[in-house]
Amino acid sequence: MAEMTYIQAISDALRQEMRRDPRVFLLGEDVGVYGGAFKVSLGFQEEFGPWRVIDTPLSETAIVGGATGAALMGLRPVAEMQFADFISCAWDHLVTVAAKQFFRGHTPVPIVVRLPSGGGFSGGPFHSQNPESSFAHIPGLKVVCPATPHDAKGLLAAAIEDPNPVLYFEHKHLYRRIKGEVPEDRYTIPFGYAAVHRPGEDAMVVTWGAMVHTATKAADELAKEGIEVEVLDLRTLIPWDKERVLEGVQRCSKVLVLHEDTRTGGFGAEIAATIAEEAFEHLDAPVKRIAAPDTPVPFSPPLEKAYIPQVEDVLAGLRELVAY
Amino acid sequence: MALREAEPVGSLQEVKEAGLDREDLLGIYRHLLITRGIEERGHILYKQGKIPGSFYTGRGNEAAAVGVATAMGPNDVGTPLHRDMGVHITRGVEPWRIFAQYMGREGGPTRGRDGNVHMAVPELGLHPMVSHLPAMVPVATGMALAFKIRGDRRVSVGWFGEGAAARGDAHESMNMAGVRQLPIVYVCDNNQWAYSTPTYLSYPVEHIADRAAAYGFDGVVVDGTDVLAVYREARRAIEKAREGGGPTLLECLTLRMEGHAVHDDAFYVPKEMFEQWAAQDPIERYRTWLRDHAGMTNDEEDEITSAVKRLLNEALERAEESPLPDPAGLEDGVFASPEDLDTPHHK
Repeated sequence: MAEMTYIQAISDALRQEMRRDPRVFLLGEDVGVYGGAFKVSLGFQEEFGPWRVIDTPLSETAIVGGATGAALMGLRPVAEMQFADFISCAWDHLVTVAAKQFFRGHTPVPIVVRLPSGGGFSGGPFHSQNPESSFAHIPGLKVVCPATPHDAKGLLAAAIEDPNPVLYFEHKHLYRRIKGEVPEDRYTIPFGYAAVHRPGEDAMVVTWGAMVHTATKAADELAKEGIEVEVLDLRTLIPWDKERVLEGVQRCSKVLVLHEDTRTGGFGAEIAATIAEEAFEHLDAPVKRIAAPDTPVPFSPPLEKAYIPQVEDVLAGLRELVAY
Repeated sequence: MALREAEPVGSLQEVKEAGLDREDLLGIYRHLLITRGIEERGHILYKQGKIPGSFYTGRGNEAAAVGVATAMGPNDVGTPLHRDMGVHITRGVEPWRIFAQYMGREGGPTRGRDGNVHMAVPELGLHPMVSHLPAMVPVATGMALAFKIRGDRRVSVGWFGEGAAARGDAHESMNMAGVRQLPIVYVCDNNQWAYSTPTYLSYPVEHIADRAAAYGFDGVVVDGTDVLAVYREARRAIEKAREGGGPTLLECLTLRMEGHAVHDDAFYVPKEMFEQWAAQDPIERYRTWLRDHAGMTNDEEDEITSAVKRLLNEALERAEESPLPDPAGLEDGVFASPEDLDTPHHK
């Protein structure tokens, strides 16, 4: 075991996969000499050479479309979007081509698109978004949102091994803020299994990504008052661990669904609807949702703070839920 | 980097130098006839109500498609489009599977998951197109990137039309391929009409191939009704790419001889334009060449024509025997399993 930051765990997974499998290569803007905008692939070009760490022109369409073609020829591309926001430029290539090629042509498309996402640093409307639910809606794409260094490493290895297009949302706010014990050897974490980030029985928060940590801070606060809240980290949205969520509803009876993405049509709505359909009789309170308001991500610090769910927002929501 | 307007092919000697023997020449004729025959029969099936959705043909583009595909090597790959039936035929797709595809049967390459020419047999090096043109051009570029990374002596062929040439996908792909000198040939099927939009409303230069210079590689314009000239130019471009010479943009000039799809009577195309291009019908043109230059006899011609007719009759019968897909299996195959990666085309 070694202590690593979240971003170190991502680099570690990438390096390990590239060392063990010569088919794995990286492509993206500034991923080579510069090591990526966030330095995830710093030093990779020296180790693996310029044809496995490929600096591309500013061409998201050609990056994701090109990754699809290379995957169809048997390689295992890992494409980097400099910011998750820029995936809009490659929408067609994920949604129109990669997501549907196996269904239509029976040819798997094993690509990973790394998407540095999330706000909290005044990145503004185009460097802060969490577009995971847009892609969770598209049949044929898998969606992964790690919250810890341990999961970041194991889920990335699993994503590269997966025979399908995988969108790997790495939360920028966690990059250097979160540290944890990470096994040095290679391991994979299978998709579709939630993890209990913090146990509890009085209520359950279902969440993912950076909000796992926000929820945990709120839960720790409530524990001082004798209220124990479970924080369930979904880890992957497609597939998502419906069984574990429904089991948690039975046990806790009160549920808060929390995400940093905007509210309307967010993935939390799918979770809430599923609970209403399949576990209504186990609920002691209406399912509560806390999410960003339906606005673009604002720039100015007080506006951004009002936009991203804060510990106090979650705390207030949980108190309301517990008192119901 | 220059634009070159290719000369027509003249003598049998010239063709032999380009790598085709007499057997190959008759094979090309056969592929042209199968291509047109499938689409003519498809049109009838559509009118009989046996084909759901819409129906597209590549009438007028047969020589462009067959010519390029004939020049591809056995391990080369490509992403042909809805006017490129001849590519599927030349690469060896069995015609019954195409009829089955048209009719949404289990035996079609997409097993009823997609329709019309949205199909390909990956084992033959082809990958199915999507409607968002030219979205397969970046994919073909990525295939070439894979070959370059691995050092494979393989070439990728990416097709697009002159209409889709206006989209960013084409630009990003050719730019990246030029930067990286990828082994790819971009084939522009310029049939002069993007649905109802004429070329002068699609692009402001004389030729699409003029753009090649901006990406640092060669552009070639060829008469797309001259199957042998298309073959010769495609072969040059493909072998150049194979030898590390980088991409080529090959523009095949034709006329779309029917509407965009069956519902469209193409009223917007001037009558004289149709008449002019009908006089250089690619199949009739090649037939005449074969008789004049390669000594194709009446017997040979009859034999090929009746063999194609027989093949298509049998193909249609077999396709109609293919079952419709079972709705119970609808949700299977959205995601691939690890064992799905274990296929020959994927290695």
